[in-house]
Amino acid sequence: MLLKIKELRASVKDTEILKGINLKVNRGEVHAIMGPNGSGKSTLANLLSGREGYEATGGEVLFDGKNLLDMSTEERACQGLFLAFQYPVEIPGVSIANFLKSAVNDIRAYHGLSKIDAMEFLTLAKDKMKMLDMDSKFLRRSVNDGFSGGEKKRNEVFQLSMLNPRLAVLDETDSGLDIDALKIVANGVNRFHTKENGVVLITHYQRLLDYIAPDFVHVLVKGRIVESGGKELALHLEKHGYDWAIKSKKRVN
Amino acid sequence: MKDHNRAKSLYLSRIASEFDRLRDDLKKQRLLNGTRDTAMARFAEIGFPTKRHEKWKHTDIRSLFSCQFETAEAVSLKKEAIDPFLLLGDEENFVVCVNGRFDRKLSRISEEIIACSLAHAAETRADLVDTHLAKHLGFQNSAFVALNTAFATDGIFIYVPDHTIVEKPIHLLHLSDNERATAYPRHLFIMGRNSRIQLIESYHSLRKSPYLNNCASEIILGNNARVEHLKIQSEDEQAFHIAARQVCQSRGSLYSSVAIDLGGSLSRNDLNVLLDAEGIETNLYGFYLARGSQLVDNHTFIDHAKPHCQSAELYKGVLSDHAVGVFSGKVLVRKDAQKTKAFQQNQTLLLSQDAKINSKPHLKIFADDVKCSHGATVGELDEEALFYMRTRGISEENAHAMLRYAFAQDVLAHIGNKTARQRVEEIVMERFKEHVN
Repeated sequence: MLLKIKELRASVKDTEILKGINLKVNRGEVHAIMGPNGSGKSTLANLLSGREGYEATGGEVLFDGKNLLDMSTEERACQGLFLAFQYPVEIPGVSIANFLKSAVNDIRAYHGLSKIDAMEFLTLAKDKMKMLDMDSKFLRRSVNDGFSGGEKKRNEVFQLSMLNPRLAVLDETDSGLDIDALKIVANGVNRFHTKENGVVLITHYQRLLDYIAPDFVHVLVKGRIVESGGKELALHLEKHGYDWAIKSKKRVN
Repeated sequence: MKDHNRAKSLYLSRIASEFDRLRDDLKKQRLLNGTRDTAMARFAEIGFPTKRHEKWKHTDIRSLFSCQFETAEAVSLKKEAIDPFLLLGDEENFVVCVNGRFDRKLSRISEEIIACSLAHAAETRADLVDTHLAKHLGFQNSAFVALNTAFATDGIFIYVPDHTIVEKPIHLLHLSDNERATAYPRHLFIMGRNSRIQLIESYHSLRKSPYLNNCASEIILGNNARVEHLKIQSEDEQAFHIAARQVCQSRGSLYSSVAIDLGGSLSRNDLNVLLDAEGIETNLYGFYLARGSQLVDNHTFIDHAKPHCQSAELYKGVLSDHAVGVFSGKVLVRKDAQKTKAFQQNQTLLLSQDAKINSKPHLKIFADDVKCSHGATVGELDEEALFYMRTRGISEENAHAMLRYAFAQDVLAHIGNKTARQRVEEIVMERFKEHVN
């Protein structure tokens, strides 16, 4: 099992946001976690990435059998966890090429591998950029600096495809995208996804799921998963809204 | 306090007796003859600045008095001694100053320019030297310039004739090889009309020692002259580096300065630019990196005296440990200087609780049709950016180094010569890696 979240409770500034979450993700699976604003979706993503200020107060998270919450942020990344940000950070003065090369090399160093050959890196990068319909000039631009919303999200998926993690958690990757950009981003995620890795999509809306078909859909409300099912659950939510799930008596946990 | 006073009076009396000792030798030189006594007398009147002086409010020079400084002797070095400090390999012209004295044997200069010992130029190019030397950089209000004027026996003289474009940069390599002595390099650079030159001025030390370099330079740009001036101050971390530079620009000229401060226990740079004609452009960039108990002080003064000129100034620095930074940038826009564009910014990263920056950007505007802005920021590394990098697997150490480097890039990118820029980038990156806690 790739990811196993057991009875996870978490607080932000002493307020409990996650109130006992259970989730299992196997290799080859795509999971969608849907929920209204304030349900704890982003808290879950932040907690998995190790962001400061998000404190697990109970339960556990196993990543490939190892205790994820004991690892530093960079160690999680080196172990193969990737978080695509809802709001990717702008880093003026650091080129995408330099940023990604450092990431690739630091991850390789963690696994005792030598640095990537410069030409090999460039060939790989150009290949992935083509797939995402990105100009290779992007490599020389500063990370997300002055990017449009769509460019930022595309850059997240570009990084995903370059780092090739075992588990990708995408936090509201569809927000702020027009339909064309959404298709490109979804295509990038689909190309990334194989039998060997897992994807967790965190989203408010169903429309991303039109392009990335989930195997499982979970509904997160007030810090708990209140409903789990197949992709038809997403359609049901789209029709009936989250009120339906909140009122639903069928509590999974 | 008493100890300090005693140290100070001892130091002052040593300077006076040193001047008496050298007086006869100094008088034999044509250089600065007739000016030395006046400068020494002026120094005796004003004495060393204390923290009560506005321009020295944040820079305590008393640590200087605990060292017993003699005037540095001439030293002859072997060619191999300078090799590690040459920046551009075979591509550069270079002149070498050891302990403030021009060393002709170690220097290599192509013929289209005149670059020689200032003492020599005072004899051979008396017309130029007499017109300019000590005429632009005043010693009335500066103890250190007064001392330089009284004691300087040599330095570098550069004259680029009208319409001459010097293709290769000239590296002005300064080496200190002395114990607790004071060197007084004195420079005069005269750029003819439509001339063009790249200067790389650097300071290094061959010994770990608390010496003092008291430098004074005057740079005169003719009409439409273009000067790119990179200075790298990489003195020993026990050393004192106190430098004053006066730049005088004529119509249509461009002066672009990048000042990198890395070394020195105490370093102080006074950089004054006079824009005394129309259509002048001035760019002052600075980057300072200080650690331990280093103090780095940059005082700049941009004097917009005539209309239709523009100046841009950006000084950035990274301070760690107990290091102290001082930035004072004054931009004066005189009544006549309509249509002036002036931009000024100082940004400092503090990497520890105990590091400190005193930043004072200030504009004084007496013209009414101008575009001016100034500002200062003090901050820490962007935590969000650090986190973002770490989620991609980048180690904390590398993430810190990359962000500091990016911060420095805004300044380093202005180093026109590519090889020199890469060399400076390497040095800065090395220092950043050392800096990580």
